[in-house]
Amino acid sequence: MPLFQTGSTPGPRCTLSRRDLLRGTAALGGAAALSALPRPLRAQGGLTVGFLYVGPRDDFGYNQSHAIGAAAVKAMEGVTVVEEENVPETNDVQQSMESMINLDGATLLFPTSFGYFDPHILTLAPRYPDVRFEHCGGLWTEGKHPANAGSYFGYIGMGQFLNGVAAGHVTKSRKIGFVAAKPIPQVLLNINSFLLGARSVDPAITCQVIFTGEWSLAVKEAEATHALVDAGCDVITCHVDGPKVVVEVAAGRGAFVGGYHADQSSLAPRQYLTGAEWNWAKVYTDMVTATLNGQPIPNFVRGGLAEGFIKMSPLGPAVPDAGRAQFEAVKADIEKGGFSVIKGPLKDNQGNLVATEGQAFLETDPVLEGMGYLVEGVIGATS
Amino acid sequence: MENDLGLWAVPLAVVGGAIRVSTPILFVSLGETLTERSGRINLGLEGTLVLGAMTGYATAVLTGSPWAGVAVAALAGALFGLLHGLICSMGRVNDIAVGIAMMLLGTGLAFYFGKPYIQPAAPDLPAIPLGGWSSLPQVRSALNVNALFLIGIAAALALAWALRSTRPGLILRVVGDSTDAARAMGLNPALIRTGATALGGAFAGIGGAYLSLYYPGSWNEGISSGQGLMAVALVIFARWSPINCLWAALLFGGAGALGPALQSVGVTQGYYLFYAAPYVLTLGVLIATSSPSRALAGAPGELSITK
Repeated sequence: MPLFQTGSTPGPRCTLSRRDLLRGTAALGGAAALSALPRPLRAQGGLTVGFLYVGPRDDFGYNQSHAIGAAAVKAMEGVTVVEEENVPETNDVQQSMESMINLDGATLLFPTSFGYFDPHILTLAPRYPDVRFEHCGGLWTEGKHPANAGSYFGYIGMGQFLNGVAAGHVTKSRKIGFVAAKPIPQVLLNINSFLLGARSVDPAITCQVIFTGEWSLAVKEAEATHALVDAGCDVITCHVDGPKVVVEVAAGRGAFVGGYHADQSSLAPRQYLTGAEWNWAKVYTDMVTATLNGQPIPNFVRGGLAEGFIKMSPLGPAVPDAGRAQFEAVKADIEKGGFSVIKGPLKDNQGNLVATEGQAFLETDPVLEGMGYLVEGVIGATS
Repeated sequence: MENDLGLWAVPLAVVGGAIRVSTPILFVSLGETLTERSGRINLGLEGTLVLGAMTGYATAVLTGSPWAGVAVAALAGALFGLLHGLICSMGRVNDIAVGIAMMLLGTGLAFYFGKPYIQPAAPDLPAIPLGGWSSLPQVRSALNVNALFLIGIAAALALAWALRSTRPGLILRVVGDSTDAARAMGLNPALIRTGATALGGAFAGIGGAYLSLYYPGSWNEGISSGQGLMAVALVIFARWSPINCLWAALLFGGAGALGPALQSVGVTQGYYLFYAAPYVLTLGVLIATSSPSRALAGAPGELSITK
């Protein structure tokens, strides 16, 4: 639920701010009036950047990773940051964005949740051509989507591959588990990467996946983690908005965990193997610096370990030396470039060929952003 | 693989889920039963649940004692119920509208004051290992029973007995069934309803403490995800009987574990459908037991949505 909402139609708001302006000038003088001035005058002072999060800013997960990036922007000279958390992926996000644009004078917006893009950003972007909408994870397509909207994301599947490498060295049951929110391409790529990472250590490993159906559903995530441990999985990772519950429950049941989104090692110091973390501070400060210098931001921004878009949590004490060596070697290999997780011959878990002999998809390949299958060895279905 | 239970994992997970998930639902629906038996509806218990989760967690963080957290959560819930009761005691106030306002206020307060407590870790309520006889880790884990679950069962039995066979129970039922009769007996209906709402709030607060201090066992803003609202609706399903509340809560807890458990044994198609199972079940039971020719059996006479 958003903390506050403001009106959305342009007409009444203009009257309101003019009235506020008059009242402010009369009663309190210039200082009060300044805050009520309409956007164009205010925006001259510097750049105002808006961040919108679907959940709380300190969820040990997705939203926290973005808020850490926003904090880095806040520390920059000449930039004002406005934030709003708990904004649902409904009309609420349109109202919040309009209020940031019209009341706070924001000209660069980072609506960070996947579901904000279509239809919400796509509705507002044509209406506010001077505002830049930068969406995390969405597939911006040239010619199809507005030019003042853009998308950015990181190749975090590589991080889950490395999680899998660590898991492959630690699992004794040769069964690892994944608590997933929804079967969208990015989640499927993470699940597949996690298993393929583990299989690069031991090809007999299988991965059980449980979908909860929602990005944040604490009780269901806890139940899913229990079910995975009950089914014999001894290393568990996840792709939900806040991995705190999964990490705590898995550790409580004696399983090992691979982190996701942010560093959760403080929640399970002995059982935390490593984690695939976002490094949005780098992405956001780069984009804001470009805007301050009057340079355009590319509409389609992607990066991985080498570009500093993602990073790995330090390896935990449970990873054996052989695992550490392989982890570091694979990580260096990925950073060098040219590394493929999905490479042939590879079948999905229905038996269909998804990559033929000799075929390999680089992390940059847009085909991977349309992934709709789980690879052989993953126990689970996408629907 | 050793310890592979195959399909037996499903009923085991359902039993385990019923024990783990049902407690907050049980406490909220017991509290709501008490309030509704006095002739008032408190829709705000979702807010009380979240507030209880927050105050309980915060107290446990600050004092290091989870049981102090439970006590403070009960107190916060009672105060919140008292506020609802007092507002509704004024003339021409609609208890449903007040309840919705209290729900929003409760979640808002909890989110606002709960911010600093999302990151720190609080001590958990201890579990009683009743599965020690089994060599299977799955069974041992499923039978890790929290004391609050046992207290909840005891409370359901005690409430059922008190409502049926004690003088305070009789007074509560009279007030709930007929304000006029209660007045004729020299009772003060507003006072009794306010007391029942406060006590109901205390129950919901304890339910909240279970959420944050035991299962899932951490405070965040999505901790309840509507369980309080569902529990209020369950009271109708349970026909205002504390014992039925217990069955309803167990049913919902167990049904909630069905989806993940089925996926874990390889039944992976259509999990959205399994997640809807508890609601389909509720709908089915309500349709099967309703009748167009009479009012809902067991409904307190003064309970009305038009008052």
